[in-house]
Amino acid sequence: MARIIVVTSGKGGVGKTTTSAAIAMGLAKRGHKTAVIDFDVGLRNLDLIMGCERRVVYDFVNVINGEAGLNQALIRDKNCDQLYILPASQTRDKDALSQEGVGRILDELKKDFKYIVCDSPAGIEKGAHLAMYFADDAFIVTNPEVSSVRDSDRMLGILSSKSRRAEQNEEPIKEYLLLSRYSPDRVKLGEMLSVNDVQEILSLHLLGVIPESKSVLNASNSGIPVILDEKSDAGQAYADIIARYLGEDRPHRFIDEKKGLFGKLFRSR
Amino acid sequence: MLESVQFLTNQIQRMSTDSQQNTHHSPVLEFKSSTFSVPVLVLANNDLIAIEQQLQEKIHQAPEFFKNSPLVFDLQELNNLNLDTNINKLVNIIRKLDLLPIGIRGGSAQQNQQALKLGIPSHSGHINHNPATSPEKQKPQTPEPEIAPEPQFVTVNSTLITHPVRSGQRIYASGDLIILAQVSAGAEILAEGNIHVYGSLRGRALAGVQGDTEARIFCSDLQAELISIAGNYKISEDLNGAAPNQPVQIYLQDHTLIIKDI
Ligand SMILES: Nc1ncnc2c1ncn2[C@@H]1O[C@H](COP(=O)(O)OP(=O)(O)O)[C@@H](O)[C@H]1O
Ligand SMILES: [Mg+2]
Repeated sequence: MARIIVVTSGKGGVGKTTTSAAIAMGLAKRGHKTAVIDFDVGLRNLDLIMGCERRVVYDFVNVINGEAGLNQALIRDKNCDQLYILPASQTRDKDALSQEGVGRILDELKKDFKYIVCDSPAGIEKGAHLAMYFADDAFIVTNPEVSSVRDSDRMLGILSSKSRRAEQNEEPIKEYLLLSRYSPDRVKLGEMLSVNDVQEILSLHLLGVIPESKSVLNASNSGIPVILDEKSDAGQAYADIIARYLGEDRPHRFIDEKKGLFGKLFRSR
Repeated sequence: MLESVQFLTNQIQRMSTDSQQNTHHSPVLEFKSSTFSVPVLVLANNDLIAIEQQLQEKIHQAPEFFKNSPLVFDLQELNNLNLDTNINKLVNIIRKLDLLPIGIRGGSAQQNQQALKLGIPSHSGHINHNPATSPEKQKPQTPEPEIAPEPQFVTVNSTLITHPVRSGQRIYASGDLIILAQVSAGAEILAEGNIHVYGSLRGRALAGVQGDTEARIFCSDLQAELISIAGNYKISEDLNGAAPNQPVQIYLQDHTLIIKDI
């Protein structure tokens, strides 16, 4: 059975697109045929992060409108042949998506793909609603600050009452917390919420903590999902997340503050 | 007395572990959650002949409503009065009148056992009461009333919520509201009756919203944005004294909200 994963948050700029690209690549690298869809109509940037912006011919809206077939619009990833990208339209607005149309395309994708990752736009309006409506699993991307946590909580409420699963009284969407742009040093200074703070407020299963990392910017500049940068901390964090999602046991990392040079040399704290 | 009760079968969710992702074989069954109302037959007397007679009269008034209706019978009051009931005979009467007993409430351990033998599970709507070990046993036996009290309809609802109430969500209960999870900041829960929250209460909680000044709020961790009983409210600023993780009850006394540790 195919599984639809929505990557969502409520708030913008928290790392949804970064995460969508990384986990789609992670799942595909594990041999699962995966499609990743950009729901951010009018503000497309998943294709940039995936480095396929120059190969876009047709987009999600074209497929919904029947102007192109799914196979014409899906772009095969240059690094992994199990991964396909369905880009958003840059020239339409969000009203171009309809629930019926999105449902139809997802049903078609489900026949062929194991995982379908939906990169949600920010907000709780139509685009975000459509991205989460058909989901089986939700990856809630949250930054360790009060407003981001509050928006995630709001989104969780929407998932549990407005999704297809909720409306049809099916088993609820499985919700996972991904705490992103985490900086233990700043937590220590009291500038950010800690993992425990966030978990206490959201009471949600923690799938992983992604550290604040320069490697993310480097990756997006070169159009390669950060999970392929295996030496980087953020890349490893996403690899852990995929492993846990697939049922493997991985201890949490990147939660404690980095030891300075002094600490490294003397192994003191 | 007949009252109606709402059942909310607990959602049996997949546990939140990561491991289930491995097995995607298509399921042949699933558990869903649903709420439904069932009439409850509350007995005030163990005179089976009177029960049969009055039940028949009640059914006669609304035969369509009662035909093959599921029914829960409640023995709490009888047991409080130390009046024993023959479960077999009672169930026979109920079934003879084309009602389908689906539960016993307020029965003693022995009565529950008897009911179970007849395929009727016990519901813990009340605290189970065991006449054999009850302190009331020592009390003088209450004299049997000459005429059994007229059965009457009372609607007692309680709404049970087992999942977190998130920011932006609003829950209204026409009776009591029981929440077994947290209530997030930015969420709002309202009840015409009492409110119980067995988790952190961080949102707004309004009890007695139709003016019931006797309504109370009970919670295990008070961090609310606002609490109100029958329109008398306190906002979070006024609640600064409340210690975290300390169970409290909130009630109204002379138009003032009193917050008291439990
Ligand atoms: N772990 C991280 N460390 C540092 N920067 C990050 C991290 N995750 C995301 N970013 C940066 O944050 C910005 C927003 O990320 P993006 O994934 O586009 O968020 P969203 O899709 O939620 O709007 C981008 O500039 C991205 O490079
Ligand atoms: Mg984005």
